[in-house]
Amino acid sequence: MRKRITLKLNDETRSLYVEPNDILLDVLRDALGVKSPKIGCERGDCGACTVLLDGKTVRTCLILAIEADGHEITTLEGLTQSGLTPVQQSLLKHNSFQCGYCAPGMVLSATELLGKNPSPNTEEVKEAISGNLCRCTGYQPVIDAIVAVGKKAGRRA
Amino acid sequence: MNQLKFVGQSPERIDGLEKITGAATYVDDIDFGARLLHAEIVETPYAHALIKSIDTSAAEKVPGVVRVVTGKDFPYRFGLYMQDRFSFPTDRVRFVGEQVAAVIARDAKTAKRAAKLVKVVYEELEPVLDLTKALRDDAVLVHPDLGNYTRCPWFFPRAGTNIAHWRKTRKGDIEKGFAEADVILEDTYTVPRYAHCAIEPHVVVGLYDLSGRLTLWSASQSPYTQRHVLAQALAPLGLSHQNIRVVTPYVGGGFGGKAGVSMEIIGAALAIMVKGHPVKVRWSRAQEFYNTYQRQGVIARIKLGAKKDGTLTAIEHTLHWDAGGYVEYGANVVNAVGLSATGPYRIPNVKIDSVCVYTNLPPGGPYRGFGYSEFHFGLESHMTRMAHKLGMDPVEFRKKNAIREGDTLAYGAKMNPSGLLESIDRVAAEIGWGKKEVSKNPNKVIGKGFACYWKAPAMPPNAASCAFIKFNEDASLNITISGMEIGQGLLTVMAQIAAEILTVPVEKIRVELPDTDRNPYEWQTVGSHVTWGCGNAVKAAALDVRAKMFEVVERAHGLSRDTLYLENERVKSRERADFELPLRDFVINGIQMKRGNFLGGPILGSGMFMPEFTSALSDPETSQGGHPNVHYTVGAAAVTLEIDKKTGKARVLKAVLAVDAGKAINPRLVKSQIVGGVVQGLATVLYEDIRYDLKGKLVNANFTDYKIPTSMDVPEEIVPIIVEVPQPDGPFGARGTAEHTMIPAAAMVANAVEDALGRRIKTMPLTAEKIALELQGVSYEDVKGSTMGLCFAGHPDAYKFHTKAAAKK
Repeated sequence: MRKRITLKLNDETRSLYVEPNDILLDVLRDALGVKSPKIGCERGDCGACTVLLDGKTVRTCLILAIEADGHEITTLEGLTQSGLTPVQQSLLKHNSFQCGYCAPGMVLSATELLGKNPSPNTEEVKEAISGNLCRCTGYQPVIDAIVAVGKKAGRRA
Repeated sequence: MNQLKFVGQSPERIDGLEKITGAATYVDDIDFGARLLHAEIVETPYAHALIKSIDTSAAEKVPGVVRVVTGKDFPYRFGLYMQDRFSFPTDRVRFVGEQVAAVIARDAKTAKRAAKLVKVVYEELEPVLDLTKALRDDAVLVHPDLGNYTRCPWFFPRAGTNIAHWRKTRKGDIEKGFAEADVILEDTYTVPRYAHCAIEPHVVVGLYDLSGRLTLWSASQSPYTQRHVLAQALAPLGLSHQNIRVVTPYVGGGFGGKAGVSMEIIGAALAIMVKGHPVKVRWSRAQEFYNTYQRQGVIARIKLGAKKDGTLTAIEHTLHWDAGGYVEYGANVVNAVGLSATGPYRIPNVKIDSVCVYTNLPPGGPYRGFGYSEFHFGLESHMTRMAHKLGMDPVEFRKKNAIREGDTLAYGAKMNPSGLLESIDRVAAEIGWGKKEVSKNPNKVIGKGFACYWKAPAMPPNAASCAFIKFNEDASLNITISGMEIGQGLLTVMAQIAAEILTVPVEKIRVELPDTDRNPYEWQTVGSHVTWGCGNAVKAAALDVRAKMFEVVERAHGLSRDTLYLENERVKSRERADFELPLRDFVINGIQMKRGNFLGGPILGSGMFMPEFTSALSDPETSQGGHPNVHYTVGAAAVTLEIDKKTGKARVLKAVLAVDAGKAINPRLVKSQIVGGVVQGLATVLYEDIRYDLKGKLVNANFTDYKIPTSMDVPEEIVPIIVEVPQPDGPFGARGTAEHTMIPAAAMVANAVEDALGRRIKTMPLTAEKIALELQGVSYEDVKGSTMGLCFAGHPDAYKFHTKAAAKK
């Protein structure tokens, strides 16, 4: 029994039919062509599939597509539409990623944090990205880059 | 050499923007359209069983199912160094989770549903889940046909046993060496299996098109090796290299797990069965754990002799590896260790036996460190214990015995230039060696641990690297290589090497990801050899390009090529100071002459590197006579550990690691290898704890129960130190550093735990649970439950290293 859902994806209204048991991650990637949320574990452990749902990070592998009906979703594609955000710029400058597979989820977790707390300290950053697994970097360059954005924001304030 | 402008700098990664914007494409991100089919694997629940029958009829009737494939359709064997692995086994399964059939359907859900309808009847066999039993004379055999397998000439399997390979290294006179020793220390260490845990699971899309060409889009470190292994396996179907193409877009982490061929053979097999349709095989996280490669478990006995003054006289190092059901790649890990298990020390008398044992656990294979992390745990624990036994400082003891350039290695070749002593000194200074630290919290104690390490790339002697360079009209350039960007920063480093020769800035250089139809040959991106090998190829290609430019300028302007040089993207002349020709003026269009014609044309270059001095041929009884390793990278590391006496939880206050990079082409990238590698190494000793039940089933094949570090687990401080003693045959003196950074982690932690608590733990991992038990005076080995981390559930100290079967030829 397919069901019609309507959601706002990266500022664009999209309507489509989904199966009730389709998970949001598969619908985003396969039906809507948004590839930045990655498949890593399919059980909410790794955070590679993170997107913002109404501004809050969610694991799209743990959400049914029908649950996103009427909601607003932002992925890395949407975030980057008008150029790099300060946290992306900082991550780039810090060479924060290696293989890059965790990067989309990590950027969105950092974006959520900085939205709530523009000048986070190291512990707050660690906590905010603790649901995003990375096997390459040892996290340090990611943490440093996010803290640096906060410091810059702090100076401006 | 002139002042270097690009080499030794740390520009931003040239793949950084793609990765930060989500533009970077990984295999699973490629769209294949409406004809794409999906596969689901039917797996065996038994560690060891005969396949009596497979009934696919019910699955075939499900609407949407296109084809069900079994070993009857596709019985081919494959393997990198020994062809012992099956695309689909025909008669026997050898580990829990092995593929016995695949259902191909229009969509993934249908494939999944139908796979449950495939009925397989097995006859259960006794699984080989104990190394002691595996090596018995009357052992159940995992591979009764072992004697018939095609293999590389430096593997020595023993037909009629479970021994897939046995590397023996003998130097000096071992009896005499121990007779000369004043102190002898002998003990057993165990290291369980580990999983790579790249965040991107393995995925492959195969297309056998209607013209009969097979293309694989593969998440791989080894496009050319995949093509070659597939060409060998698929030869019975009339396929050869020219009919096979492997394309590797960005890969989401490898760590050795995506080297060689593992599940990709299934992608190839299924594609051939559904000609004209692309078919996708994507591993689940659980399959990622049990059906690719795992780091092999090992139980090792070390006997070490030293004189009173600390001089080492002899080492006997015996390693029995739990290599799993297939060892086509893993046996080479065993081989590498068999050559190098002395560690970076001068030891005149050496006896190493590194034995690769088939068991009924998942296939063993390459993992960052390639066996060296495993043997360093025991060896570097033992070195600290020996120093204590001699009443010496562990750092001084290591310095006294540290290997030096020109020393004779265990297999007879000479040691390359080495910054080991400098590494030891700088690490000792940075960690404050000898200064006891006391925790402010009375419930916590602090200890320090030290370890040295070395590692050589393990490669066949003809492992080659190549590069093509082409210019564009704006004098930007594209480099094509088949070295793989697996996160280490290869693309950036290759751009820096070309930039240095050609004076074209790094941001004007693109380095293209591999496609075996277009990019030139590279053996594999493993062994931390590509900065060195592929870097040499890129340097040669850049020199070729430069020579071609100078040749055209000489012909067009009458300036001797010997006087020409490059500066800021211009050709200049030492004999005519006013001459300068921007590259963009001629690298595509040539140089216009007075009568209107043009000389030259598009500038193209190529470069190749193969280490012609190596050889894997040697005496099988001693390993003397060959030159199996190109060179070793050495270093040292230390840790300050704070341990909670109540919970056993260890917190890393500071970790320091020095690596002799020869020349750091990009120091920031070397430092990121150190930070990432140290954390991965610490994870293997502090957190990751693989468990099999006693029937061989992996019970924690997920990130909830197999704990890799999160951002909350990183050390308080990691200090990376780069030492630069140049490698004479490396590009600008460089050698590899990436794997090495996790090798000393486990031993330095075990040494720090002993320093803090006075208790020596000889079995990895050193989890909080194990440390807490030790604090209560209980040995974990005495109370561990009915699970195991490698093919040996008993107490390590009771393990017997000598068996009849093992002694027999």
